[in-house]
Amino acid sequence: MDFGPHLILAILEGAVTAATLALTAMGLSIVFGVMRVVNVAHGEFYMLGAVFAWWIATIIGNHPALGFVAALLVAPLVVGAMAAAADRLILHRIDYDPERTIVATIGLLYIIQQGTLMSFGPDARPVQPPFNSRIALPWPEWTDGVFAWAFPWGFGTTTYKLFIIAAAAAILVALWLLMTRTKAGLIMRATQQDAEMARAFGIPVTRVYALVFGLGAGLAAMGAVLIVPVQQAHYLMGGDPLLLSFIVVIIGGLGSLPGTVIAALLIGMSDGIISVFFSPTLAKIIATLAVAMVLVFRPQGLLGKKN
Amino acid sequence: MRVFSRANALHLGLIALLALLFFLLPAYHTGNLARIMVLAVFAMGYNLLFGYTGLLSLGHALFFSAGMYGLGLTMHLGGASPAPAFLAGLIVALIVSGIVGFLALRTTGVAFMIVTLMFAQAGYLTVLYFGSYTRGDEGFVIQQARRSLLGIDLSDDTNRYFAALILFAAALLITGAIVRSGFGRTLVAIRENEQRATMLGYDVHRLKLIAVILSGVLSGASGAAYALLFGYAGATFATVQYSIFPLLWVLLGGAGTTIGPLIGAIFMFYLIDYASGLTNAYLLLVGVVLVALTLFAPQGIVGTIRARWIRWLP
Amino acid sequence: MSLLFTRNLTKAYAGVTANEDINFDLPKGQTRALIGPNGAGKSTFVGMVSGRIPATAGTITFGGEDISALPAHQRIAKGIAYTFQITSVFGGLSVAENVALAARRSLGAAAPAKVAEVLDQVGLTDRADQTARDLSYGHQRILEIGMGLAQNPRLFILDEPTQGLAEAEIDAFKALIRGLDPETTILLIEHNMSVVMDLAEAITVLDQGRILAEGTSEDVRANRAVQAAYLGTEHA
Repeated sequence: MDFGPHLILAILEGAVTAATLALTAMGLSIVFGVMRVVNVAHGEFYMLGAVFAWWIATIIGNHPALGFVAALLVAPLVVGAMAAAADRLILHRIDYDPERTIVATIGLLYIIQQGTLMSFGPDARPVQPPFNSRIALPWPEWTDGVFAWAFPWGFGTTTYKLFIIAAAAAILVALWLLMTRTKAGLIMRATQQDAEMARAFGIPVTRVYALVFGLGAGLAAMGAVLIVPVQQAHYLMGGDPLLLSFIVVIIGGLGSLPGTVIAALLIGMSDGIISVFFSPTLAKIIATLAVAMVLVFRPQGLLGKKN
Repeated sequence: MRVFSRANALHLGLIALLALLFFLLPAYHTGNLARIMVLAVFAMGYNLLFGYTGLLSLGHALFFSAGMYGLGLTMHLGGASPAPAFLAGLIVALIVSGIVGFLALRTTGVAFMIVTLMFAQAGYLTVLYFGSYTRGDEGFVIQQARRSLLGIDLSDDTNRYFAALILFAAALLITGAIVRSGFGRTLVAIRENEQRATMLGYDVHRLKLIAVILSGVLSGASGAAYALLFGYAGATFATVQYSIFPLLWVLLGGAGTTIGPLIGAIFMFYLIDYASGLTNAYLLLVGVVLVALTLFAPQGIVGTIRARWIRWLP
Repeated sequence: MSLLFTRNLTKAYAGVTANEDINFDLPKGQTRALIGPNGAGKSTFVGMVSGRIPATAGTITFGGEDISALPAHQRIAKGIAYTFQITSVFGGLSVAENVALAARRSLGAAAPAKVAEVLDQVGLTDRADQTARDLSYGHQRILEIGMGLAQNPRLFILDEPTQGLAEAEIDAFKALIRGLDPETTILLIEHNMSVVMDLAEAITVLDQGRILAEGTSEDVRANRAVQAAYLGTEHA
């Protein structure tokens, strides 16, 4: 494949990455925005989404479409519930102290990750997508001065990948509507602004925190369920999404939905595009250092506000 | 004439005890203890920044591996002998901690944690990127024949144990002196109320930078010693795990105590040793211990002892 | 001779000017009270002098030296002691260690003697080993003043030192300040008029970010503008 199609392919793949990354990062962003805590175990909730998706699909058996839909509905709920429980049992008890929360969520990371290793095992397991047909994409070509559309071999995408992008977009819109148009969203934003005041107004802040923590984990799980038919479920798959989500949230500014989406697009695309030009390792080094530098010199992120 | 302080007595007593244990314990345990003592130096370095100054770094694997590769590469590729290689390790750790400190100290709290994590991650990836020199995750071995200092073969069990003990003793006495000095007490003041410390005229930023560098050099010394005494350097030691471990050892043993890091390292080593026998998911235990610590015993073992019973513990 | 003077010192936040063009002179050895209604800009002013708050415009000169560009810790090191409006000590450390930290920076090895002296001066000797946050609020405030004294300051800035203190503690505070070396220059933000009238050799009145009046306590009392701004706020 020539350079042109190669680049377009990288962009398409990047869009898929960006889609699930936007969901996952949004989960992290909401939790930090409302609760002011950094959840280092966020990547593990993502992984659990994929693992539960596999489990549900396996139970349902020979109907990949049914299995997938069930997974998409059930896995985020189960993961969200687990996260809410973790919030009540652990984070609430340590009063959301920033340092202790980081340490506790690191502990949670190991517990979830290793617990999955013990039950699910070290292997990567596939999940069938509900539908998947190849779409060959055209590329303009000039042969002997005559313009024609060619279909280079390997240049294409799949219907499922396009679905991932559409589904992620739909979920994000629904999330935005929830945050800005519903009472639940109002309560969340009020709690984010001033927890003490919210409590004085009768808002059950403890319960809100548990729900928000659950929502954050559920969003990550949704992202994982969407991507697992493409990637496979594996007990270590939470590491990269965690790092990338961090990068997105820091660059996009905390609690800002448009910021997160734009940053996710940036990171998702660049991860793919940079890998076309540089080795993936070098790309990751650049990305990691860029995040550090953004925090050092512009702590409010690219789109956040200075507080 | 100066009174022989209780803190000094405690430290020297501990060193004497460790020396004695070599003759009392079987070879399996003395081998472990040698390893633990070297890692305890890493923990003590971390403790200086976290326990005393109050700065939680998630990137100390960077300093440990800086020392490790500083020594490892100069010996493996440069053919240097242990002494100058160890010095090289310390210098690399010094430079790296100076740069990281200069940049990261512009942030505080959660941002500081993330920035240090990012720098360490970049360090790990750089080790992988230059895999042709570092052999990446696979690592490289430093041959036994090369690991001898002043004619003493450091790969021999006895020599290795006492070399580790000497390093541990030096680190313990140095950190003991630092934390009881005016400088050390000012670090504690910064941890307790940074704004007040500034308004008493202390240059808090400069003091934090010194703390980062001291912490980094100690961690680097541990890394260099680890490569020298156990003959291996590998990228695993630059991963985030080795940034979590010193935090874990210090929290478990007691942050802000001089002997806490060693106690935490001993405990965790044997806990993992025991758990590895049961399952290959032994890191689960690490997770459980971390959560339990934050919930029930944030002061750690020695910290709790100090708070409840023995108030003079340094 | 002015130990401290400011020229055109201004602090403007977006839309609000907290301090406007303050020209302030404080002679060496004087005890000056800075009074004014709430929101007048008193804490902002001393915040800028000490370096805690960056000034928008203007200069600050201390001991003949322009300190406008210096960071807070360097200004303190030149001989300014500062107590916060909301007491700020090292809660987790002992009373003695709190004072020692204040003394150690300038006295080093000679600090222990100074610590004993200060603890005696403020009456906290028998509480030397107590953890600071276990002290009563009044005692914590006294401790903070002690920490200021341990620095042997040329200028002592106190932001509402008697707020929250009981009657007897206020009397003790007045005695403490009166007992200080007459060479010490003191700048005192206060709402308690009895403390002001008892201790202040001169008074500066701030209102809405500007100096409204300045002079001896009689001058200020008689000043109509001050009476208008302050009507009804005189309290014991």
